[in-house]
Amino acid sequence: MVTMPKPDAAVLARREAIVKALRAIVPGEGVIASEREMKPYESDGLTAYRQMPMVVVLPSTTGQVSAVLKYCHDNGIKVVPRGAGTSLSGGALPLGDGVLLGMAKFNRIHSIDYANRVAVVGPGVTNLAVSTAVAHAGFYYAPDPSSQIACTIGGNVAENSGGVHCLKYGMTTNNVLGCELVLINGEILRFGGKHLDSAGYDLLGIITGSEGLLGVVTEITVRLLKKPETARAVLVGFYSSEDAGECVSKIIGAGIIPGGMEMMDKPAIHAVEEFVHAGYPLDVEALLIVELDGPGAEVNHLIERIDRIAKQCRATSCKVSNSEEERLLFWAGRKAAFPAVGRISPDYYCMDGTIPRAKLPLVLARMREMSAKYELGVANVFHAGDGNLHPLILYDANKPGELERCEAFGAEILRLCVEVGGVLTGEHGVGVEKRDLMPVMFTEEDLKQQQRLKCAFDDKGLLNPGKVFPTLHRCAELGRMHVHHGQTAFPDLPRF
Amino acid sequence: MADPLKVRDARDVETAVRWAIAQSKTLEIVGRGSKRALGRPAQWDATLDLSALNGVTLYEPEELVLTAQAGTPLREIESLVDRSNQELAFEPMDYGPLLGMPHGRSSIGGAIVTNLSGPRRIKAGAARDHFLGFSGVSGRGETFKSGGRVVKNVTGYDLCKLMAGSWGTLAALTEITIKVLPRAETEMTLVVQGLVDAGAAKAMAAAMGSPCDVSGAAHLPARVAAQLLPGLGAGKAATVFRIEGVEPSVVHRARVLSELMKSYGALAMVEPQRSRHLWRAIRDVTPFGADGPVGTYPVWRISTAPTEGAELARLISEDIEAEFIFDWAGGLIWAVLAPSDDAGEAIVRAATTICGGHAMLVRAPAAIRAMVPVFAPEEGALAALTARVKHGFDPQGALNPGRMWAGI
Repeated sequence: MVTMPKPDAAVLARREAIVKALRAIVPGEGVIASEREMKPYESDGLTAYRQMPMVVVLPSTTGQVSAVLKYCHDNGIKVVPRGAGTSLSGGALPLGDGVLLGMAKFNRIHSIDYANRVAVVGPGVTNLAVSTAVAHAGFYYAPDPSSQIACTIGGNVAENSGGVHCLKYGMTTNNVLGCELVLINGEILRFGGKHLDSAGYDLLGIITGSEGLLGVVTEITVRLLKKPETARAVLVGFYSSEDAGECVSKIIGAGIIPGGMEMMDKPAIHAVEEFVHAGYPLDVEALLIVELDGPGAEVNHLIERIDRIAKQCRATSCKVSNSEEERLLFWAGRKAAFPAVGRISPDYYCMDGTIPRAKLPLVLARMREMSAKYELGVANVFHAGDGNLHPLILYDANKPGELERCEAFGAEILRLCVEVGGVLTGEHGVGVEKRDLMPVMFTEEDLKQQQRLKCAFDDKGLLNPGKVFPTLHRCAELGRMHVHHGQTAFPDLPRF
Repeated sequence: MADPLKVRDARDVETAVRWAIAQSKTLEIVGRGSKRALGRPAQWDATLDLSALNGVTLYEPEELVLTAQAGTPLREIESLVDRSNQELAFEPMDYGPLLGMPHGRSSIGGAIVTNLSGPRRIKAGAARDHFLGFSGVSGRGETFKSGGRVVKNVTGYDLCKLMAGSWGTLAALTEITIKVLPRAETEMTLVVQGLVDAGAAKAMAAAMGSPCDVSGAAHLPARVAAQLLPGLGAGKAATVFRIEGVEPSVVHRARVLSELMKSYGALAMVEPQRSRHLWRAIRDVTPFGADGPVGTYPVWRISTAPTEGAELARLISEDIEAEFIFDWAGGLIWAVLAPSDDAGEAIVRAATTICGGHAMLVRAPAAIRAMVPVFAPEEGALAALTARVKHGFDPQGALNPGRMWAGI
């Protein structure tokens, strides 16, 4: 288990005064200090980690956020921002001596501007609510993380959330145009707007995916896209993951970028089919769902090509959806993969690494070996188009030692992802979960440079400390210039 | 003349920056020098020439990924991926024609740090959206990296976004990994003739709000239209829409879009080859090129909300003689103004203040670029944050200081 920074006894000793001061800023029920009422906030989607916050604050205006942050900055109090608490990496795990800043009350859609194809929304608006609000006009918001019913746009910005359609439509960072951000010192800034380009440094780009370590977003301008005319899905079975991987490569090699391309391995297929009866073939090692969207003429044309490619790659079955119901049924299985696995195992742990796609057979083979070594089952769902792997490790938290074994198994998978040229996390974030693995991917210099960026936003390190970075450095120490001796002369370089 | 330092490899870049720090020198970072006339002119002690960092080190078409040393010519990369029917979907423009430089001289590093894009920005994004990872040397003389070679990656801060559009003021990038995408099989352009600016904005909004998946929407004034679309409705403005993809889809969408646009004005269709030339010319703003009739006039690049473009142009024309090309469905305005002491800076900034967005002075004599802000000025807490970000990467101001703003 990752250890969090030790609570500061001096801060805890002042708790009563702190709660009082916060109540003066956010009146009424906006400050929660009783143990019973704070309980729902003790963890996020990474439930293996739990910690009661010192106090929960639920502001409802940007002015309140600014005043709360300024108070915390002036008084050296840590702050953990939280959207809907669906993080799978512990990004919203509270701190015992910290304020948990819940943004749920910022749940208004401020404006929808179809002519410019944007919506301006509060960070507490759920991902799905944006698409729902514009559906009648034929528009939608493209990023669709599987938690989209619950997760908020603010949380999506913090985590740079993806979804099954990001191969074609991008992640959150490619679909937001502006934001209002409050710094820990209370300053309110605006980045971007309804225009496409940033005027100076792309600070919106750096906020997106910063896991709540740089500031608190209080308003977001998101891009809206017109819904494609039609969408159809193809379900393709293979006797080996190698064949399935080859099929994915050939589809992309043929110049086709599907709206979504998902793969499942045998354990995942069986768990899912038993649960939702989506009509998945059970005699295959790997199953692909390929979705094409666009005008009917285009979709039908590409589906024919995909059918040919699948056959070349020794597909054992190939089924094309012939109705919207059938397309949704194909997806129902994939979307229910996590709960389906939840039925066959008391607990499961969802990992999230990305690999170069060609390494899939190797990674799956190595995972099977690890599965034997750790004596824990594993089922795989995979955003095949972009190489984002979600191994689900099956364990039983009630059996002594299984959680620890499961975490070690997960860490070994992520190390393997980096070893084959991939990364530790594709869309769930580093948070607490992968924090101590960061040195597998980054050098000390890489991490220090990232932390210097943090210092530009949060000089005292009060925003979400203990997440993302395995070692906390003071900004003064990070800012010190290292003197490189022997660099005064410049003899080696040719001058022209 | 600044002292040129020609590095041989990434190691040399680190050595050079460390030398600059130790000697309190400033460095101008140059890939292939195609954009040296862009930005604020400043005095640097030495020029760090990265052109020898040349070569594609990894290209896997089926993985949609390419890694190249930062000084690799963009044109070489484009022709390499073209052989696999792929492209850089962000359609990086070539500033050569506008600046009076040879065409096709940019390096991949230069294209990335200036966050280049083209007409397809409305659909596919800019360099920032295709930039997956890098290695570089900070103004501390330390080599660091960020990102990776896979598209889906949220491991640590997304420093790629910060580097794209930082104009070399934060780090000297040495190696760059980008996403490549399949090139469209074919394309067509629908022309709507004779629209006034405001009418064109409405037509473009309607096209962008249709499921036609338009990958270019621009409005060209009559003189420009006559130059780029000779023989097509001479004397009339042209609003142009590009549709790309597989043949049956392009044909279908062109038909749907024609139906949608027929109430706006007379229509014409441009076939694939001419369409490609047209969009290249729009991308590179060749009608305002240095060798053309307005070649010595100041040019501004204005980014605004698409629906504000026409009004913004109107406000500028009230105060100065000007011509405009609207790209990005009206959200990008290339404005060429009659020469004046400040290159029209006060007028342009007043218009962006009213309409929103921001403007960059891309062409003007060096003396004017030294005098008026080239990039949109930042103030207050935002300016302070920008300065702190710069300080975190380059505390001594060794890398391209003053290129964007004084002191950055």
